[in-house]
Amino acid sequence: MTQDKTSLLLDDGRRLDGRELHEIRPITMKSSVLDRADGSCYLTWGNNKIICAVYGPRELHPKHLAKPDRAIVRVEYRLATFSVNERKSPAPRRREYELSKLIKESLDSVLFLEKFPNGTIDVYITVLDADGGTRCAALTAASIALADAGIPMKGFVTGCAVGKVADKMVVDLSDVEDKDGQGDMPVAMNYNTGEITLFQCDGEFTTDEVKEGLSLAIRAIGEVYKMQKDAVLAKYTQIEESIDDLGEEEE
Amino acid sequence: MTILVNKNQLVVPGEVLARGSGVDVAGGVYRKKINGETEIIASMIGLVKIRKDSVGVVPLEGCYIPLEGDIIIGKIVRVGLTSWNVDIRGPYVGALRVNSVLDRDFDSLRESLEQVLDYGDIIKAQITYFDRTRDPVLTMLGRGLRKLTHGRLIDVDPVKIPRIIGKKGSMIQLLKNMTNAQIIVGQNGRIVVSANSVEKENLVISAIRKIEAEAHTSGLTDRIREYLEEENKKL
Repeated sequence: MTQDKTSLLLDDGRRLDGRELHEIRPITMKSSVLDRADGSCYLTWGNNKIICAVYGPRELHPKHLAKPDRAIVRVEYRLATFSVNERKSPAPRRREYELSKLIKESLDSVLFLEKFPNGTIDVYITVLDADGGTRCAALTAASIALADAGIPMKGFVTGCAVGKVADKMVVDLSDVEDKDGQGDMPVAMNYNTGEITLFQCDGEFTTDEVKEGLSLAIRAIGEVYKMQKDAVLAKYTQIEESIDDLGEEEE
Repeated sequence: MTILVNKNQLVVPGEVLARGSGVDVAGGVYRKKINGETEIIASMIGLVKIRKDSVGVVPLEGCYIPLEGDIIIGKIVRVGLTSWNVDIRGPYVGALRVNSVLDRDFDSLRESLEQVLDYGDIIKAQITYFDRTRDPVLTMLGRGLRKLTHGRLIDVDPVKIPRIIGKKGSMIQLLKNMTNAQIIVGQNGRIVVSANSVEKENLVISAIRKIEAEAHTSGLTDRIREYLEEENKKL
């Protein structure tokens, strides 16, 4: 790589998009956006745009995949053809299979699958616009959609990546930082219990950097978790507020 | 035991509702030991339900889980030689055998099942057997259980059905009395509405949608009564 790695930080120490080192990008989340799905979520995380739909628990076809003691989770993570700089072929690539698998394994650990033997829970994630950190954003969106579908779970999975840019640990990498930085470390966890459900590491880190990165990630996940909780409840609190307003008008 | 939430508080999965032992768990929660202390944690979105010695969550989202004895509205999705498969809007397909539909002998050589119930037919049936290791078994032998031939079929969230029925059937009685409509409610989240005019049917359906959307609020029966009174004047 010929690019100077220090060019990923501005002279005043901030990052290329003007963020502080430990600042996450602006996030919006909305649940129940799709009528046909049992649960759904639309999430924007910086320039990432992700839509997620959940179906189930429902009957599993083909039947030979069914587990007699629990349901299975099937995750389909897809990048839209227009989500990246050059048109992506609509056929799933290695990266998409890999991400589907690790999102599935991460969600597996928080769902009470034994309640639905022989069944399946299908999670479809489409990345409409990708700008780094889509696996963490997709996991965050998938948990909201699963809760929206009323599937019993131990808690939300919340994700956030950390990484190393210009020898400094930064939170929530953008696409440029991810590609040209020195390493990235996506982390996802059940924030309530503190159980880590996803931890990957790509690049070179010292032991201290891994420790620092993990604690930065946990702090960022805490922030995202609060937004996640508000997004799930927003649907109900809005109705409550509108009823309260009506009552006040009548009085 | 310490309870950390209020009655009827909105909670999300993962929120700790109570700490300590001696608490029974109702639906929608699970128990976990964290650092030697038992915590009771919500597993679904819903409203907190606190009884004398139990804590639970009344879910606001969820699919239909069959229960023995439930009256459901199903749709025939497959006609076999001696049985039907019925879509009951749950994770499993219901099985309906011919001897639990007809109380006479059935000769599969002379007659076919399509003549009794055909693909796509809507039926009101009861769940007689279900234990999650086998698919639910249905029956149509019983009072009021039959093929439904008229009315409008709507799907609602199955977890909102108790709210649509109301305490001791108060809400559904209110709907029936104020609109003179015939309303058949299936526990699986299907409702068949028939009235003497389309406008009345529309009114019932919009009232049901209102109940569905506002299920987590209090004073709902009164609001629905006001709503129906107002809309009835316009008709």
